[in-house]
Amino acid sequence: MDVDKKDSIASDSSDQVVNPWEVSAKDGGKIDYDKLIDQFGCQRLDASLIDRVQRLTSRQPHVFLRRGVFFAHRDFNEVLDAYERGDKFYLYTGRGPSSEALHLGHLIPFMFTKYLQEAFKVPLVIQLTDDEKCMWKNLSVEESQRLARENAKDIIACGFDVTKTFIFSDFDYVGGAFYKNMVKVAKCVTLNKAMGIFGFSGEDHIGKLSFPPVQACLSVPAVPSFPSSFPHLFPGKDKLRCLIPCAIDQDPYFRMTRDVAPRLGYSKPALIESSFFPALQAKNGKMSASDPNSAIYVTDTAKEIKNKINRYAFSGGQDSIEKHREIGANLEVDIPVKYLSFFLDDDTELEHIKKEYGEGRMLTGEVKKRLTEVLTEMVERHRMARAAVTDEMVDAFMAVRPLPSMFE
Amino acid sequence: VCNYRIIFWIFQELQIDYSKYEHPPVLTVEEQAKYVSSSEGALSKNLFLKDKKNRYYIVSAMTDTKVDMKVLSQRLGLGKGGIRMAPEEALSELLQVSLGCVTPFAVVNESARDVSLLLDQKFKNQTRCIFHPLSNDVSVSLNTLGLDKFLQSIGRDSVYIDLEVNANPVVGKDQPPDLAVYVPSNSVVVPELPTKTASIQTASKNVSAEKTKPVASAKPSKLAGNGKSAVEDSALLVFKNPEKFVEEILDKTTALLLSEGKGENVEALAETFRKRLTSEFTHLAVMYKNTAYSQGFYAGTQSQPKRP
Repeated sequence: MDVDKKDSIASDSSDQVVNPWEVSAKDGGKIDYDKLIDQFGCQRLDASLIDRVQRLTSRQPHVFLRRGVFFAHRDFNEVLDAYERGDKFYLYTGRGPSSEALHLGHLIPFMFTKYLQEAFKVPLVIQLTDDEKCMWKNLSVEESQRLARENAKDIIACGFDVTKTFIFSDFDYVGGAFYKNMVKVAKCVTLNKAMGIFGFSGEDHIGKLSFPPVQACLSVPAVPSFPSSFPHLFPGKDKLRCLIPCAIDQDPYFRMTRDVAPRLGYSKPALIESSFFPALQAKNGKMSASDPNSAIYVTDTAKEIKNKINRYAFSGGQDSIEKHREIGANLEVDIPVKYLSFFLDDDTELEHIKKEYGEGRMLTGEVKKRLTEVLTEMVERHRMARAAVTDEMVDAFMAVRPLPSMFE
Repeated sequence: VCNYRIIFWIFQELQIDYSKYEHPPVLTVEEQAKYVSSSEGALSKNLFLKDKKNRYYIVSAMTDTKVDMKVLSQRLGLGKGGIRMAPEEALSELLQVSLGCVTPFAVVNESARDVSLLLDQKFKNQTRCIFHPLSNDVSVSLNTLGLDKFLQSIGRDSVYIDLEVNANPVVGKDQPPDLAVYVPSNSVVVPELPTKTASIQTASKNVSAEKTKPVASAKPSKLAGNGKSAVEDSALLVFKNPEKFVEEILDKTTALLLSEGKGENVEALAETFRKRLTSEFTHLAVMYKNTAYSQGFYAGTQSQPKRP
């Protein structure tokens, strides 16, 4: 039984701020993840848990687990207990399609979810919250639906198995059993509680909160965690557990869901949470779609990737070669090494680079070159796969259809 | 863009001995031969090639040298059909030249930085050789020493190879691909011209992405259905066509074998294969499966119900 130490997040300006709308570190420094775990009341994903995953799945744990990118969880242990007993689970993740271009930070949860799907052989529902973006970002309904489909293509290109994956957009799917659950959840969530969890104060967001569908919208992320929302997928399986990979700033949404679930007779969804993918220039807390030079996009050419890394990636190397060879690089702040720890699969090579660079024998240029190679290969592979995603394929993924082989 | 006059400026700065010939624009060696007689030097044929991983090559050879693409591809370690003529967009994008104008001098451009330049060994025996200096209405003759000096000044090695080597088998256990070292380490993606502007708009105008009208916002989706680009064409086929799929798998496997297989014991090699190829092949297979399923799904939506 987890204890939510705090329902609200202190929006103290000298403290770090982490909520679904804002992420910033204390005094412009690094995000303190230990403090965050403490503050939110979730748990560390430690080595024993990772070993357990390896034993259960008979394969090497994903690079994001090995490197601590996915570092926190709620109830992941219980999900694994049930899995060992033969009680499966399903995965749920989502995207708010607010911009057409996806950057690497966006891909991370999807890359990890794909691994989970393959390793545990479980089904996945992916939610595209086009309605939420339509409202909050003032897009037209048609535009947000179009963006949702475009984003779906990039998501599919990550390699999800169509026989085990259901992608849906709110505008298309909300209704029926899904809507019933939405109303059930909305009835459980008082305005005050919502404000408390999200850190709203009385005056500033009252306009948004008083708009009736918004309250229902707040419940939207919760509803896909309940299997009864998908009668075509999980008929009669009301107790099926749900595991949600997400970035840690989404924790408040799901805290509310976990609070509500038992009251509706559903299992609490489990969470597996990631840290933020840092911006190239490292200044901001995380990569942001509103600053194109803070991110590498899946549409970037090899040349653009090379330029961005060379020009904007914040380097922990020293100012002069002599000084660098003497002291070595500051690995704590160096962005290229951080990025490599996300995307370079070979543990041995990464260790070698960290050692050589940290002790001054390897120069920033070499590290950046390796990073450029790794990212270019990744982006190219994604582009190839993306090119193969047709509108028919999107239709297939989004069709409301049973998935008979979802646990195979 | 490098104006061809720069080439002559460099010649003068480096005191390279050359002769210049001006003539109407020519697109082929035959046409060029009409205006520049063989007494001036040996004419060259110049090929601009690309491989499946978007790496580009200029092969410059004597007109009577036989350039066997299959053999060249194998010697580069790319398998038998790994290399083909580069599309026109790449000519202008990377070499900044028009049709009929491929030339070793094109590597003076920054955009050609990752293009590998391979020169025919037989040039060395000639008093002079003839190339276009980035424009097809001018020809220039110079000897290989001059060419080497030019290349050296822009930081390039002169790579001369015997293009007519044709061992049997070309590449095998005792004969690794001898030209593999000249494969560029960087690939370059050359998008087709119409969509290129569009994708730049998307990436760089993210701040106002929401305010952009649907018309102006890019169409990466076009790439999926658009048959123009060679990259996207082959991507689609690999996932639809069993033979192409198998070819892709074998290409990648043999490439890895050729690059890692020297002196490794077989068990270690097998481990390397598993480690390096599993994730990539799984990804390919999933996309193949998804494509088949989608085609079936679509067929299902179109099928007529059985007559009662």
